[in-house]
Amino acid sequence: MLLNPSAAPPPTEPEVLETLGGIVARFDRRRALLVPILQAVQAQCAYLPPETMPLVGRHLGIAASEVYGVASFYNQFRFFPPGRHPIRICLGTACHVKAGDIILENFERKLGIQEGQTTADREFSLERVACVGCCALAPVAIVGETVHGHMQPSKVEGLLLQIQIAREKAQREAAAASPQAEDPSDD
Amino acid sequence: MIEIRVDGQPIAVCPGANLLEACLAAGIYIPHLCHLPGLPAAASCRLCFVALGDRPDPVPACTVAVQPGLEVLTDTPAVRRLQRSALELLLSAHTIDCRRCPANRRCALQRIARFLKVPLKRPDLPPLDPPGGPPGTGGELVVDPSHCVLCGRCVRTCRRLHGHSRLTFAGRGQRTVVTDWVETGPAIRCTDCGACIEVCPVGAIRLAPGANDPES
Repeated sequence: MLLNPSAAPPPTEPEVLETLGGIVARFDRRRALLVPILQAVQAQCAYLPPETMPLVGRHLGIAASEVYGVASFYNQFRFFPPGRHPIRICLGTACHVKAGDIILENFERKLGIQEGQTTADREFSLERVACVGCCALAPVAIVGETVHGHMQPSKVEGLLLQIQIAREKAQREAAAASPQAEDPSDD
Repeated sequence: MIEIRVDGQPIAVCPGANLLEACLAAGIYIPHLCHLPGLPAAASCRLCFVALGDRPDPVPACTVAVQPGLEVLTDTPAVRRLQRSALELLLSAHTIDCRRCPANRRCALQRIARFLKVPLKRPDLPPLDPPGGPPGTGGELVVDPSHCVLCGRCVRTCRRLHGHSRLTFAGRGQRTVVTDWVETGPAIRCTDCGACIEVCPVGAIRLAPGANDPES
């Protein structure tokens, strides 16, 4: 939930910044509209880019820190863009009893991010959810659209590896399909 | 001037004065963390409880304006019980490492714990993880969440001095922290006045390494 220097959100794309200004300008300069503005930004951008705070602050004549204070109070606001593979860890009652928090911790450690954050390459985002409705499978992790039941800390690495292999395979295939395209050198 | 009685002792105060300030000025110590003279009471630290003659339950002294004939008791069992549990709650989320803490010996928590005879360390309680990751958003100020008692003195002081506060409460519940937000535009710059560092009762705020030190 908190921004921290070790895992700062990836830089905002210029087109997102442009929409940001458009959204904010639609609203009156009333302090009471702070939360509706933030909601509109999130509806458009899927998260609150860091530039939101000073921009909204200037629009309403309040400090950026105050905007951040309000936004961080509500669970609905996120400060990181959703990853290509959103990972949601269930911490509902059954998953809690079955030590879902240890599964979350393992994902946090393996990905090097904290709950609510997104990896720098935008591949993975990590979130906790209340209950996904399959308590018999506790503890549950949802990777993308796939539900993984009976999670174990030892399964975390394999799951991430699977996704990485699938991605590399897709990259190779794409490269093979268009040989003149430049090879993605690093990684 | 009007007269009120604190623990049976008559003291003369200006009508409408703040009870906590009046008692402190008269040399009667009431534990307190969050009060800032001249600003509206925050009453967030829950430490300055006193019993008033006409009220069944103790109230925070910082929220009371004195009236003629007010009867105040600062040392009833109910008052001390509330103060001790408030202090224990604060200490439960505070990393006790006084010897290495820059606020050692001038820390308000140490003084209050000694006054209320509450042990600083509770080996029977497991230490809490400090909330969030590394504190702050990379600005000139670093607020250590494992020491911060969330009294809000820094936030209110900054707002009083500069109109806006660079520091803010972020998050909520057990994961609330005080943090600063780096302003990208010219709107608010930290003026390096150091007022927030000065008013912090527990030494939780310091300048980030590399930022210029106001004391130097």
